[in-house]
Amino acid sequence: MSNNFLRRVDLIIDKDCDFKQVLQSAYKRSNDEIINELLESGLKGRGGAGFPTALKWKFTSEQSDPEKYVVCNADEGEPGTFKDREILFQVPLKVFGGMAICAKVIGAKEGYIYLRGEYRFLLKELENQLEIFHSILDDLKIPFRVKIVMGSGAYICGEESALFESMEGDRGEPRNKPPYPTVSGFRKKPTVINNVETLVYSFMIFRYGARKFKELGTADSRGSKVFSISGDTPKPGIYELELGMTVDQFVQEFGDGDTKAVQVGGASGFCVPRKKFKDTIIGFEGVPTGGSMMLFNSSRSMYNVLHNYLEFFEEESCGQCTPCRVGCQQLKLGIEAVKRGEKHANYLDQLQKLAQTMKITAKCGLGQSVANSFFSIVENFREEMIY
Amino acid sequence: MAKQINLTIDGMPITVDEGTTILQAAKKLNIHIPTLCYHDDLCVAGNCRVCVVEMKGSRTLPASCAMPVAEGMEINTNTIKVRTARKHIIDLLLSEHNAKCTTCYKNGNCELQQLASEYKISEPMFIDLVPHKNYQMDAYSPSIIKDDSKCIRCQRCVRTCEELQHVSALGVAYKGDKMKISTFFENPMFEVVCTNCGQCVNRCPTGALVERNYVDEVWQAIFDPDKHVVVQTAPAVRVALGEALGLKPGEIVTGKMVTALKRLGFDSVLDTDFSADLTIMEEGFELLGRLKKALVDKDPNVKLPMATSCSPGWIKFIEHTYPEYLNNLSTCKSPQQMFGALAKTYYAQKRNIDPAKIVSVSIMPCTAKKFEADRPEMRSSGFKDVDYVLTTRELAIMIKQAGIEFSSLPESHYDSVMGASTGAAVIFGATGGVMEAALRTAYEVVTGREVPFNGLNITPVRGMEGVREAAIKIEGTKPEWKFLEGAELKTVVAHGLTNAKKVMDAVRDGKGSWHFIEIMACPGGCIGGGGQPIPTNEEIRRKRAEAIYREDAGMPIRKSHENPEVVAIYKEFLGEPNSHKSHELLHTHYKARQRY
Repeated sequence: MSNNFLRRVDLIIDKDCDFKQVLQSAYKRSNDEIINELLESGLKGRGGAGFPTALKWKFTSEQSDPEKYVVCNADEGEPGTFKDREILFQVPLKVFGGMAICAKVIGAKEGYIYLRGEYRFLLKELENQLEIFHSILDDLKIPFRVKIVMGSGAYICGEESALFESMEGDRGEPRNKPPYPTVSGFRKKPTVINNVETLVYSFMIFRYGARKFKELGTADSRGSKVFSISGDTPKPGIYELELGMTVDQFVQEFGDGDTKAVQVGGASGFCVPRKKFKDTIIGFEGVPTGGSMMLFNSSRSMYNVLHNYLEFFEEESCGQCTPCRVGCQQLKLGIEAVKRGEKHANYLDQLQKLAQTMKITAKCGLGQSVANSFFSIVENFREEMIY
Repeated sequence: MAKQINLTIDGMPITVDEGTTILQAAKKLNIHIPTLCYHDDLCVAGNCRVCVVEMKGSRTLPASCAMPVAEGMEINTNTIKVRTARKHIIDLLLSEHNAKCTTCYKNGNCELQQLASEYKISEPMFIDLVPHKNYQMDAYSPSIIKDDSKCIRCQRCVRTCEELQHVSALGVAYKGDKMKISTFFENPMFEVVCTNCGQCVNRCPTGALVERNYVDEVWQAIFDPDKHVVVQTAPAVRVALGEALGLKPGEIVTGKMVTALKRLGFDSVLDTDFSADLTIMEEGFELLGRLKKALVDKDPNVKLPMATSCSPGWIKFIEHTYPEYLNNLSTCKSPQQMFGALAKTYYAQKRNIDPAKIVSVSIMPCTAKKFEADRPEMRSSGFKDVDYVLTTRELAIMIKQAGIEFSSLPESHYDSVMGASTGAAVIFGATGGVMEAALRTAYEVVTGREVPFNGLNITPVRGMEGVREAAIKIEGTKPEWKFLEGAELKTVVAHGLTNAKKVMDAVRDGKGSWHFIEIMACPGGCIGGGGQPIPTNEEIRRKRAEAIYREDAGMPIRKSHENPEVVAIYKEFLGEPNSHKSHELLHTHYKARQRY
């Protein structure tokens, strides 16, 4: 894996980075300067939703509550993504560094890493690295501590408010929003919650400056991004790539010559069929992604792909809201019934309407995004759903 | 004053306080938005999604129950987008729901059914999921039946059990398609910390949680010529029954109810008020006895504060949660059980009826009373003291089944013996009522004078505040109560088990220096009981409580010790309060239970 890692761009491995020096110089700057630098870079959240990181920090810093938190979302659960694991393995200090800079801006004394249950094997080394990190903080007289909280394997706990519930010892169920985490997050206190990769980039922006980051990518999607590439590809792995490429460019690089579809953004993302490769940009102006890129060649049944996703969602919905809990079951049973000929092909239209309702009425991002893969697969591969 | 927010709903401008939800704002404009998971008494869940509305500028349709208003918001509650979404959601719920409405106990009183009717759901839009589920039915409890196939996962019951009652017998288990409402290790409700209070039953929008009903058994007894069927009615039933029969909340229907019960065929229509007054005598003297032991005899084993024992939900709660305080409970049985024990002894003697032929029925605002009647201790007459307990709702069912037009019934009086009431007994139905009744009697016993409150109304113990403290100074005692001269009797009243916990924690931590504690398991006391008409909410509880105090004020006798039948029973049968015979029939003991 490491042979392929970060082939095209290297903003985050950067072996020459003097961690302590970057942290120290960031701490010497005013909060406004830090927020402006981050704003200037154009960095958007790397978890998939793409909220401008600087604004998240800014909104939280404006809250008057003296108790605030910074939380690193390391519950990497989206099918087909495995880049946060590698980042935590390769450059954990820089992740912590991003948290420390955020803590300074918002005024937090404590940070937490919510680590995916299946990543327990990383725990020991992360704790070793935390010790090093804390001793550096002590040297710099920075009053900040980071703790690790283990997840228990539920996909929904990657949703930020469900993650807080889980951290507080409750059942991992998304909360109503508003209020947003910037106002009421962990322990109902103002909280910045960022993805692992977002925190690394935040830190590295204070190493290189906003300009270097901003020079990469497009107007809507600045900088580079770490991709998890899997499926029918001769070179699966983790790559840091500049944002803004088309799916076609991506497939030329990573495809096996027979790619019929690319699932961008995992099970909750979009399926891009071959005919749309050239017109589809990977980024916030086209198909956004948290990093998962799955390639499918013509040997794959897109019915099976969709069925697999729906099985996943049916099980991983927290089950509290109606559209998501029941909708996922109906979508799965619905395509099965159509496939078996028990329901007319028109039933797919009914299911698409249902998916549309789920997209606009589900309580959280999980239920809302089931429609993404459902629409894009059913629309583009309708014949595979029926025959 | 809260910050004012301007918005429009369906084109109508409105200004409301900051923090108001869209649902609340719409209500002010008389716009009805359908809801399922929302309940006035509970925190907002926002999980059924039926109340979605369109919000200008928003990609999604927010749940109006959970979305606070914002300046300039433009809301539309009835658009094609909203209607389609709501219909989908109702359809989804129905696909998961065992919709055998005609054989459902809640048929006609089901919020999902009503919504399906309002939205004219005809053909099922989606695949029936019921055959794909392994739905369980828990029918082991004598109080509550839980049928998962009727559950819509709104979690009202879970929030009720956790927020109002601090019991958390019900919780959410599993996730995704397997998500369900369950108990600790999925044990039957009967075997977990459930107090049988029935607050969940009162809030369940469908037939997933219902009382175990004994309507058919009671009809059988009534029509059995060999049986003499006596019925007692609890104080809180008379101010709520009307709601289940088309009348407005807060109407007192005592006389109509008695007529209806006679028409149903009960051989004798009697009043739990009688045994409520008896409870005051027994419990009042028990308290005075404990105070004497503590103050005069300096007995280190005497347990104070003493707590009331009328509420079987509270009893089961303390048995599970604070078993080390069981000796602080009054040993008095609840009025229902005192009545039951006397029905098959005293009443049988007086009326010259073979107690084996007596069937004793009680009408209660309560589901926990069903469990209480089944307790093995409750057989001191030599028989099961109370054979069947019906909720207020079940009585309403019987009245409807009998074809009785309730609202036009004439009024009748209770039969005798054991049918005489006082104002003190009536107020048992509201939180603080037992305390007030006890003080009216105890103060007079000790001083020979009436309690020093205008019109006997001890207002400090009334109201809906969760925990209320009151102290009463005892002055001018009779010689035999001299040891209480100048003492300040400190009392506390709590309702809803979350508030009971606050009081008990204070007792445990030595923070409460009370002598007497009144606790009722249900919010508002029995008027808000789990067996009362649905819906029950804050406003309705308030109206029922007002009716209770109106009824009290209008009674010719308002002190338990002046109830002529109570005076008579001590003279003829029991001797004196806390006599040997009283202890045999009217007192009980408790059982420590596990905390899960």
